[in-house]
Amino acid sequence: MQKAEYLELYHQMVLIRLVEEKAAQLYQQDKIGGFLHLYIGQEAVSTGLISARQPQDRIITAYRDHGVAINCGISAKEVLAELLGKATGCSGGKGGSMHMADVEKNFWGGHAIVGAHLPIAAGLALGDTYQKKDAITVCMFGDGATNIGFFHEALNLSKVWKLPVLWVCENNQYGMGTAVERASAVSEIRQKALGYDMLNSRVDGMDLMAVRQAAQEAMAHVRSGQGPYLLEAITYRYRGHSMGDPERYRKADEVRRWQENDPIGIYRAYLTKKRLATKAELDRLDKQVGAEVLEATQFAEASPEPAPEALYEHIYADN
Amino acid sequence: MARITMREAISKALWEEMERDPNVFILGEEVGVWGGSYAITKGFFDHFGEERVRDTPIAEAAIVGAAIGAALTGLRPVAELMTINFAFAAMDHIVNEAAKLHYMFNGQFVLPLVIRTVSGGGRQLGATHSQTPDAIFAHFPGLKVVSPGTPEDAKGLLKSAIRSQDPVLFIEHATLYQVRGEVPEGDYLTPIGKSKVQRPGRDVTIVTYSKMLEVSTRAAEQLAQEGIEAEIVDLRSLRPLDMSPVLASFKKTNRAVIVEEGWGSFGVGSEVAARIYEQAFDYVDAPIRRVAQKEVPLPYNRALEQSALPQVEDVIAAVKEVL
Repeated sequence: MQKAEYLELYHQMVLIRLVEEKAAQLYQQDKIGGFLHLYIGQEAVSTGLISARQPQDRIITAYRDHGVAINCGISAKEVLAELLGKATGCSGGKGGSMHMADVEKNFWGGHAIVGAHLPIAAGLALGDTYQKKDAITVCMFGDGATNIGFFHEALNLSKVWKLPVLWVCENNQYGMGTAVERASAVSEIRQKALGYDMLNSRVDGMDLMAVRQAAQEAMAHVRSGQGPYLLEAITYRYRGHSMGDPERYRKADEVRRWQENDPIGIYRAYLTKKRLATKAELDRLDKQVGAEVLEATQFAEASPEPAPEALYEHIYADN
Repeated sequence: MARITMREAISKALWEEMERDPNVFILGEEVGVWGGSYAITKGFFDHFGEERVRDTPIAEAAIVGAAIGAALTGLRPVAELMTINFAFAAMDHIVNEAAKLHYMFNGQFVLPLVIRTVSGGGRQLGATHSQTPDAIFAHFPGLKVVSPGTPEDAKGLLKSAIRSQDPVLFIEHATLYQVRGEVPEGDYLTPIGKSKVQRPGRDVTIVTYSKMLEVSTRAAEQLAQEGIEAEIVDLRSLRPLDMSPVLASFKKTNRAVIVEEGWGSFGVGSEVAARIYEQAFDYVDAPIRRVAQKEVPLPYNRALEQSALPQVEDVIAAVKEVL
């Protein structure tokens, strides 16, 4: 990677964090409705993973999707506008927090039923295989999704049909408020791949460079036509499951311990140690991102609401 | 015109569409080597190969989910669910995904997807394998639901479904496969969302679809011997529901009986009756009657099962009540 690329990844992580902090603020001001699941703490997983993909590779994820959207190239403007339900949002204001997508950028959503997008991911990969395209599908999901039937049907199918899917479990330690070990027979999620004779590995999801390298290796395997792969990234969400989570299931101390290994902090240390950037440069970048988020917020707030006619648009694709 | 069975008509539609468009492929349980559990895809595996005729594990969510994903890449999958009773295992993908994705992502996602399945009772398969829950699926905007009652419509509707840009649930009936009918030669399309008068009449309107078209037709033939001429409107599509021929017929006869095989509560008959009352109240000369399945899970015993299913005599009795 060139220096600019290293800094671009830093930019993406800080942008995700600041967009999410802004979103929390806007939610408290009642400008965002519904549910809001923040990605703060998990930035390195999506940023590292998506930095390793080719443009033809498809990305699909669950409902904690704002960060993934940004990594896929959706602008902060479109993300914040979607959160505000505006016509300029990436889903025209009809999807909301959990349903962002931009198929031009090969980002296939944003899916809010736990685990349900995994069989769809298998289908995306099937479509590419059928059409002999050199593309893989990267499917992200939480640890909670590995306990539902969809996960098992999809992993089994992907192995039986040798589909080019990289399954990525973001193990953030909790499915809503239930700790992994209280919900899953194995707390090391990658072990579930063994039942499907599927290659697998585990990576520190707080370390961007480690995620990137693990993703490159896993993607090379998947792209080689040898079938699917399960990558488990160990990570942590700093905020509640969604806004309004009383967080009775964990102690403040536990959150603080994880925050000592903050993904942005780790990457800053990496960049300065490798002399890819100075602290002053990074501080300057932080400020730039702050201005970018401010501008994006102004754009979103000034954007129009969807037209009333939008209610009946896109129910069907046929005329 | 050739006189062929419903099974042959559906099979021909699939075969012709696969020959026409290399993006059309089939996936489902036993569709390949076995030849289809109702023999619809017999011979397909050998002719089109295993890439295009894909045997799946017994995993309905994976079947429909994978079909959705493949459709998103521009393919035209035809997923087969062995019976509609198994569609419940794929309900999330039908309802929360297929019916929603186009709308929810503001038109970005396009799903040219067909789910073929088999509905209906009458074959002593017990409560879990004999349901006619068609109306449930017609509840959801975003999904199209069609269910033909004749071989001609089956072929034309399936072709339309395969060429549609939308997810279409194509509901066949297990006891109609051997029914014969005239089918035009060559390529033709029957539009989705268009009801059709299958039998003209002046005295009463019978609204029905699928297997109950056959039952209603037999009832109408018996009624004709008594000088009562029933007009039969075949809905063919449950969503979009085309009321025009129903209302035109009702405004002529002023009396209606709606016949469906599924349970009447919250059913097709309820919906059609409500729309007639809403849109043609001034033409009502008698309370609209619904003929439907008795409100029980279907039993195995032949006599008990038949007593729960709508019969020709039930239709005749209902018609006489509204006259």
